Amino acid sequence: MLVWILFLLCQVGAPALAQDLCQRDAPNGYKVRISLKTALGEDAYEWNQSEMFFFQATMAFAMRRHFQMETYNVDNIILCVQTSRVSFWFVVTSPDNTTMLIPKADVEKAVRMSRHRINNAFLLSDRTLEFLGIYPTLAAPVNPDTPPWLIVFGVVIGAVCVGIIALLISSLLQKRRKEKGMTEDGQDEEDMQVKGVENGINLDGTYNRGFTDDDRFTKL
Amino acid sequence: MRCLQVSNQDLEERIPSYEELEKLENEEAGDRPKWDNKAQYMLTIVGFCVGLGNVWRFPYLCQSHGGGAFMIPFLILLVLEGVPLLHLEFAIGQRLRKGSVGVWSAIHPYLTGIGIGSMCVSFLVSLYYNTIMAWVMWYFFNSFQETLPWSQCPVNANMTGLVSECERSSPVDYYWYRETLNTTPDIDNTGGLQWWMVLCHVSAWALLFICISRGIETTGKAVYITSTLPYAVLTIFLIRGLTLKGSLNGVKFLFTPDMNELMNPTTWLDAGAQVFYSFSLAFGGLLSFSSYNSVHNNCEQDAVIISIVNGATAVYAATVIYTIIGFRATEKFDDCISGNILTLLNTFDLPEGNVTENNYDQVLHSLNGTYPEVIQGLNLKTCDLNSFLSEGVEGTGLAFIVFTEAITKMPVSPVWSVLFFIMLFCLGLSSMFGNIEGVLVPLQDLGVFPKSWPKEAIAGTTCVLCCLVGLIFVQGSGNYWLSLFDSYGGSIPLLIIAFCEMVGVVYLYGIDRFNDDIEFMIGHKPNLFWQITWRFVSPAIMFVIFVFYFITKVQETPMYKAWNPESENFPTLEEKEYPSWIFAIIFILAGIPGLSVPLTAIYKCLRNRCCKKDNEFKQDDLNTIIYLIHLVILFKRI
Repeated sequence: MLVWILFLLCQVGAPALAQDLCQRDAPNGYKVRISLKTALGEDAYEWNQSEMFFFQATMAFAMRRHFQMETYNVDNIILCVQTSRVSFWFVVTSPDNTTMLIPKADVEKAVRMSRHRINNAFLLSDRTLEFLGIYPTLAAPVNPDTPPWLIVFGVVIGAVCVGIIALLISSLLQKRRKEKGMTEDGQDEEDMQVKGVENGINLDGTYNRGFTDDDRFTKL
Repeated sequence: MRCLQVSNQDLEERIPSYEELEKLENEEAGDRPKWDNKAQYMLTIVGFCVGLGNVWRFPYLCQSHGGGAFMIPFLILLVLEGVPLLHLEFAIGQRLRKGSVGVWSAIHPYLTGIGIGSMCVSFLVSLYYNTIMAWVMWYFFNSFQETLPWSQCPVNANMTGLVSECERSSPVDYYWYRETLNTTPDIDNTGGLQWWMVLCHVSAWALLFICISRGIETTGKAVYITSTLPYAVLTIFLIRGLTLKGSLNGVKFLFTPDMNELMNPTTWLDAGAQVFYSFSLAFGGLLSFSSYNSVHNNCEQDAVIISIVNGATAVYAATVIYTIIGFRATEKFDDCISGNILTLLNTFDLPEGNVTENNYDQVLHSLNGTYPEVIQGLNLKTCDLNSFLSEGVEGTGLAFIVFTEAITKMPVSPVWSVLFFIMLFCLGLSSMFGNIEGVLVPLQDLGVFPKSWPKEAIAGTTCVLCCLVGLIFVQGSGNYWLSLFDSYGGSIPLLIIAFCEMVGVVYLYGIDRFNDDIEFMIGHKPNLFWQITWRFVSPAIMFVIFVFYFITKVQETPMYKAWNPESENFPTLEEKEYPSWIFAIIFILAGIPGLSVPLTAIYKCLRNRCCKKDNEFKQDDLNTIIYLIHLVILFKRI
């Protein structure tokens, strides 16, 4: 008889006890918020009891992975306070003693470890599957060895230097060509005078060098 | 009009006569450089006039002064002020065939001050304008990355969160004020030289040196790219912009006319100032460029064409900019509303999709009725599309903060970023050509450099000097120095110089002589419109704008906006007063170019008076010596 009464009590009490363990603002529980429409838009699936079961299974997996104990099961994940937002609270009970809750910190560590797997299971991201209180770890910044801007700068400065050198060389060549051109012209003129060519007409007679224009080449 | 003209002796001796000009034209003699073809000249002038102001000053003025209604004062003042002044500068440069100092000292030696003033203003503007080019280059270099560095906040030192300064403001603000400028909280702290900015600064000056090293020989080739590329990029952005959501909101916001603004005198003042600065008048660059033209070039036609092109480019650029700004504002508005909706859904655990943009107001109202304290506690943001559209959209704020933010929201952001900054660079570089021309040619005319130095050496020395002085602007406080130079160096002195130019040509050179010159050059006398505007209308407008500007600037206490992370209203910029020693700097910036006109006149007058007697004495001595030599030769013959 007593055993019967105890059995009845257990049947009634167990879910009641479970209810006591999981409640809004439970000290060892976390609130989960899911935004299916934001994440998937038209392809959003319906959130129903099967999905809740899937969540329990994923959390059990996370606990198994963290503690490396194969004893966690879907019954150890208790869910409550479900809303149409799709948000709910959950607590994790110990597999050895169903009245004892796993502390918040351990649950957090387990979630952090398997966050990526949990997200992918539901086709969601850190933003659309929120564990309120567990902040996503920030991606480590990618630090390349040389900042990319220095590479582009190097290319541009290299082109500029090549341009400046080309410019200076071309101006030097131009200057030299001009000077060469001038001396050649001068020699031609003198030759023409010596040969007695003036205004294109060949003159007869010898050319008197005493009257050459030597002053032409003396520059002050 | 004769009674108002000042007697100008010996003018004919200082300027080339018509016969000399014809000879120059026909024989192609002379060592003055020439344009290869008309297209080069037009592209250079268009490039000089169309600059950064068309992209980031005109759209802001348009939108803040009644949108479409702003076009009316702008166009009226373009016709009455811009075109006549432009025609005047083209004609006088083409006729006298010298740079700014040469032209004004030829008209009258006492007016050399105008040329020197132009040179000083061009120098001051070149200094800070090329720093803006350095900033553009920095952003250009950083655009070659998959995720643009200004699209997200960096993580702080111990990887627990984002950098606080960035979190409180925004990634684009943080990137501009901290990672680019590394700006100090006030102008007194110099902050030291920022090495990455020094590199960009040096490369900007080096690139400019290559393009100007041989004067218009090299500039003329460079403008084929620098003047045409911005138009291509603007068209690409227009097509891209029109396909983005919300772009038409921006265009509507820009052009919605508000006729009441026409009653506001500030609108007309700003329109006049914008026309004036947009045409780069009184810098001396336009004079120089026109002097390389052939004598019979039709400068009247050029002036009209350039004015139309400049005005049309301003309107076109404004449209493009505002399609992108409209897109950004719409995105921000949508984000704001979505954020509020999410907050409501989360607080009241309502299913997703219950609250949308359409029924947001209704739902909020009903919830406010039932749970007012909860709603208050949520601190929902007010989302107003118009306030997003009018956010900080002028000057460097437009290019480096607002536009870069818009680019991060577009797909394939690096491509758009590269295109945008190439466009800005080309716009600025082509304006720099004109600025530097306004510095180099007067220096050559004044004989500052020895005549034996080649053009490259002169250009190189000037660039090195400007680069060194420009290092002020790459310090931590450089941004504040730049806005100081911009507001005081590039505004009031130009108005004074332009006014003196008009008065000098019309009344000292003689409007009749000027009319005859134009008839000689283009074949017909300038018609009544030019006569009225040159003699009365344009000088009057210049005078009014100058007086109003002067009074406004003198009355207000000079303030500047500082980025101070410690201030209360961060991230809003803190308004600070300039320290007292800044007034000396302001006097140098605005006073010296402006006062150079009267000061040079007085100096020349004094020098003339005291040296006149000596000159006459020397002339007599020379005559005696020549007479004696003649006597000696005569005696030798006998």
